[in-house]
Amino acid sequence: MTPTIDLELILYITALGLISIGLAGVVLSQHLFRMVLALVIAEAGANLMLVLAGYRWDAVAPILTSLGEHPQMVDPVPQAMVLTAIVIGVGIQALAVSILIRIRQRFGTLDRHEVAAHMDAEIAQIAGTSRDMSQESPLGERPLPPLPGTPAASREGRS
Amino acid sequence: MRNLTGLLFAGGLGFMLLSIASGLDFGAPPMLVGEAIQSVAPQETGATNIVTSVVLGYRGIDTLGELSILFAAAAAAGLVLGRRHTTAGTLTEGGFVLRYGGAMLFPLLMTIGFYIIFHGHLTPGGGFQGGVILAAAFFLPLLARPGARLHHGMLSMIEGFAGSSFILIGLVALAEGEAFLQPMLIQDTLGQLVSAGTLPLLYLAVGLKVGAELAGLLSHLAQTESEA
Repeated sequence: MTPTIDLELILYITALGLISIGLAGVVLSQHLFRMVLALVIAEAGANLMLVLAGYRWDAVAPILTSLGEHPQMVDPVPQAMVLTAIVIGVGIQALAVSILIRIRQRFGTLDRHEVAAHMDAEIAQIAGTSRDMSQESPLGERPLPPLPGTPAASREGRS
Repeated sequence: MRNLTGLLFAGGLGFMLLSIASGLDFGAPPMLVGEAIQSVAPQETGATNIVTSVVLGYRGIDTLGELSILFAAAAAAGLVLGRRHTTAGTLTEGGFVLRYGGAMLFPLLMTIGFYIIFHGHLTPGGGFQGGVILAAAFFLPLLARPGARLHHGMLSMIEGFAGSSFILIGLVALAEGEAFLQPMLIQDTLGQLVSAGTLPLLYLAVGLKVGAELAGLLSHLAQTESEA
């Protein structure tokens, strides 16, 4: 089967491409506000995908224009879902932006690594521990002493 | 290296989704519920806009849940940003065009917003879209004039009234022996402005709630931004 460039392929590639671009932006970007914008792009792609799912060839919008005839209409259920999804998206974006405003007021930056470093420093200060923790040697006691007879214990005995 | 991994992830995800989507039958939706709704919706709900009858009639309780999500987002944003505003609105006076244009646009935006809300069961539009336009009408003065601020208590009143009247209409349907939020009072006037029973009332509640919530959110954002 040879891939032909037709309307169907273009629409699907647009919707899925928007989702991919948005998720790539979320993964790759260092700036928190750009992450939110990338999320908005991914959401637009998802909404377009939903509308495409209800598309029907040679059909009109699901609104009755004349009382007598009953023409073919596209599926109204995905459109209703997209209608609500857009409004929810706006609410979520406003919440995300308000959190970003607070972060910026607190740390003076929106760079992902700088914000993470500031947060680590604050957490370490509140907990009263040093900041340079490595993942190999966690703080505090080990939950269980090493069992006798394990290779670690035998190595200790040898040395 | 990290960038490469991210690009690979995004590209692979796009390829996977595309290969799944290529198996779909485009232009012939497999869902039967849409067909069924189309054939009975105008008689059952009296609304010519079938999307409206899906949003408010067949999936009314989902719309209620979605309104509560919007309310939760607005409440959380207000909680994060706090009540303390050292400055109100923009600091610089807007230009002549912005000030007088904003003042002149306010009645027009209100008219269009309410028009779209009231015709939600007849034409494309409805409470969500009209509510956003209402929010824009109230947000415009905040951009144009320094010191302008919205009455947050009033907004909360409108929001609470709209939300509770949405639930109240649903409860009235329950008291009448129908299902919760079941459309009632269906007149035999398909396509008229006064038709579709309780659906326009529900959409009016939705529009007022969305408008008040978004206006409150936007003014919160605008007033906190200049604080830093």
